[in-house]
Amino acid sequence: MSAMPAANGGAAGVHIPRTQSGMAGVAMLARRSLRQHSLSSAVTMLSIGLAAGLTMSVFSLRAQSRDAFLGGAGNFDAVLGAKGSRLQLVLNNVFHLESSPGNISWSVYETAKEHPGVAFAIPYAVGDNYMGARIVGTTTELFDAFQYRPGRRLAVQAGGRLFDMGLREAVVGAEAARRTGLAYGAIFQPTHGLEQNEAGHVHEEEYVVVGVLEPTGTPIDRVILIPLEGIMRMSGHILRTEDDDMYAAQAGEEIPDEVKQISAVMLGLRGPQAGLDLDEQFNKRDSKATLAFPIGAVMADLFDKLGWMVQVLGLVAILVVLVAGSAVLASIHNTINERRREFAILRALGARRSAVFSIILLESATIAAIGTVIGFAVYAAIMGTAAIIIRRQTGVVIDPWALNAALAWTPPGMIALGLIAGLIPAAKAYSTDVATHLAPQT
Amino acid sequence: MAAALEIHDLQKQFRSPDGRAAVIVDVPRFELAAGAQVAVRGTSGSGKTTFLNLIAGILTADAGRIDVNGLRVTGLGEADRDRLRATTIGYIFQTFNLLQGCTALENVELAMAFGRGVDRAFASRLLTKVGLDGHLHHLPRQLSVGQQQRVAVARALANHPSLVLADEPTGNLDERHAADALKTIRELCRENGAALLLVSHSPAVLEQFEQVVSFADINHAFGRREGAGA
Repeated sequence: MSAMPAANGGAAGVHIPRTQSGMAGVAMLARRSLRQHSLSSAVTMLSIGLAAGLTMSVFSLRAQSRDAFLGGAGNFDAVLGAKGSRLQLVLNNVFHLESSPGNISWSVYETAKEHPGVAFAIPYAVGDNYMGARIVGTTTELFDAFQYRPGRRLAVQAGGRLFDMGLREAVVGAEAARRTGLAYGAIFQPTHGLEQNEAGHVHEEEYVVVGVLEPTGTPIDRVILIPLEGIMRMSGHILRTEDDDMYAAQAGEEIPDEVKQISAVMLGLRGPQAGLDLDEQFNKRDSKATLAFPIGAVMADLFDKLGWMVQVLGLVAILVVLVAGSAVLASIHNTINERRREFAILRALGARRSAVFSIILLESATIAAIGTVIGFAVYAAIMGTAAIIIRRQTGVVIDPWALNAALAWTPPGMIALGLIAGLIPAAKAYSTDVATHLAPQT
Repeated sequence: MAAALEIHDLQKQFRSPDGRAAVIVDVPRFELAAGAQVAVRGTSGSGKTTFLNLIAGILTADAGRIDVNGLRVTGLGEADRDRLRATTIGYIFQTFNLLQGCTALENVELAMAFGRGVDRAFASRLLTKVGLDGHLHHLPRQLSVGQQQRVAVARALANHPSLVLADEPTGNLDERHAADALKTIRELCRENGAALLLVSHSPAVLEQFEQVVSFADINHAFGRREGAGA
């Protein structure tokens, strides 16, 4: 033999020419394969999309609804109402949900109002509705003192005005106006009861709409505001004295304070100490009323109680993610056997095992990546629908496009899931025996 | 100048289903000069595909050595053997082994992608040279058997190999197409300066070569099996 031994035993100075990484080939083959198995690829992408969309929605909805409900009370710090559940007080008077726990006497309102730590006290009286929109009797102080967001007060749309405390006039929330069709100048008759009821008694009093509120994105959008005494004077509403004697208000006659009854007092406090004082006064010493303070803590308590439900939803989302990951695995794994020959050919052409491995991983990552893009569409659909439902049911507005950490970690998470799901089929492709699979198939 | 291929004391054995080891390849010495074209006459089951797979580094030898273009294949790790195949050896299979999802041009470019890099102009030139200038973007199933074989030939030459291995390259073609394909293979190898080692059992193919050797003479293991069988 004429050749001289070299480092590897061959001729001196002989080396293998450099090769390209093959990434162009890897990318082309991954793309071809996805196209060749377009149906299963599309179904798998869709399942990844559903999983990604559901995961992002669950985490985003949880965070946003918590923030929205905890901050839904504006600058109301506390609610004073009939003896009973604090949560019911908050739900009924802040979110205008649930039934009213009962009434309190006017003296309770005056006691609270006179407390030096109270910045404002606004009475609420409920009991009627119009086409399902709750009617809240209150004072015009609501428009001066209540800020639904810092610096933002209730405002009547152009052309309207606030109601006159001595007349049968109403100011309608934006959502209530949309739902009931009430507009400026409209006349309506309230129906007895907090919820819409076909058989409900229609009061004979007629109210005229003198204003429609600008949308606030808070539960107040869903109610109709009328003068406080309007509720007390409504036909069929019976007031009672402290001795439980019945009193029916007559037109033109002033209602004595002793028989006035309201549903709740919405309180703005000068500081937390005032809340603690009132808590001591009403919750621990006086058995006639209940103080829900602070409102955020009451709602937080509700969310904590509902925590298991959120956890179940999170678990469902994780299960869907796992199913989607399995779908990626199954979809690619099913193609591996039919593609063994293709891998053997590539290896015979000089492709390294790692290149074959990369083709499969690139396919699974691509499925996951495209699936995640679909996931954002699913997320938008879920959040858009949820925002509409939550707004209609509670008046609380959530922003479907608000940033949430889940939107940042879900895409890389889903791609990582795709890569993990691709590992088993990639390992199978990696181990393809070239000589065996190159042999002519019979 | 180093020979395109040098083989010394090459041995490969496989274990049969009953557990006995059977020597399939036993080649004491074989040499192919640079640019030479040699046909090896071999019947099926003689171990010629195993022989070619050993040269290409697809299989590893149990003993002996193989030098391709002066480089010791038998001393290389798997990654280096892959690189050698991608850059120095072209392989034409009996069943063409084209990637069915890729066009003629893509099949050639894929070989380049894992080799010296994609050169679309050269890939197109090769396909034009084998008479497929109007079929660059056809999938294999849209090509005749003869055309598919020509794609396989172009692909084997894509990375400017110094050695082309052809395993029954005309086995699936009729007589006329076989003659055309053979002519193309030989011409392209000559033009690109590549040595050609072709194995076939077809007398029509073998008679085209000036240099024909019997695989039984090269592979003593097959000679022994033949002798035992007789």
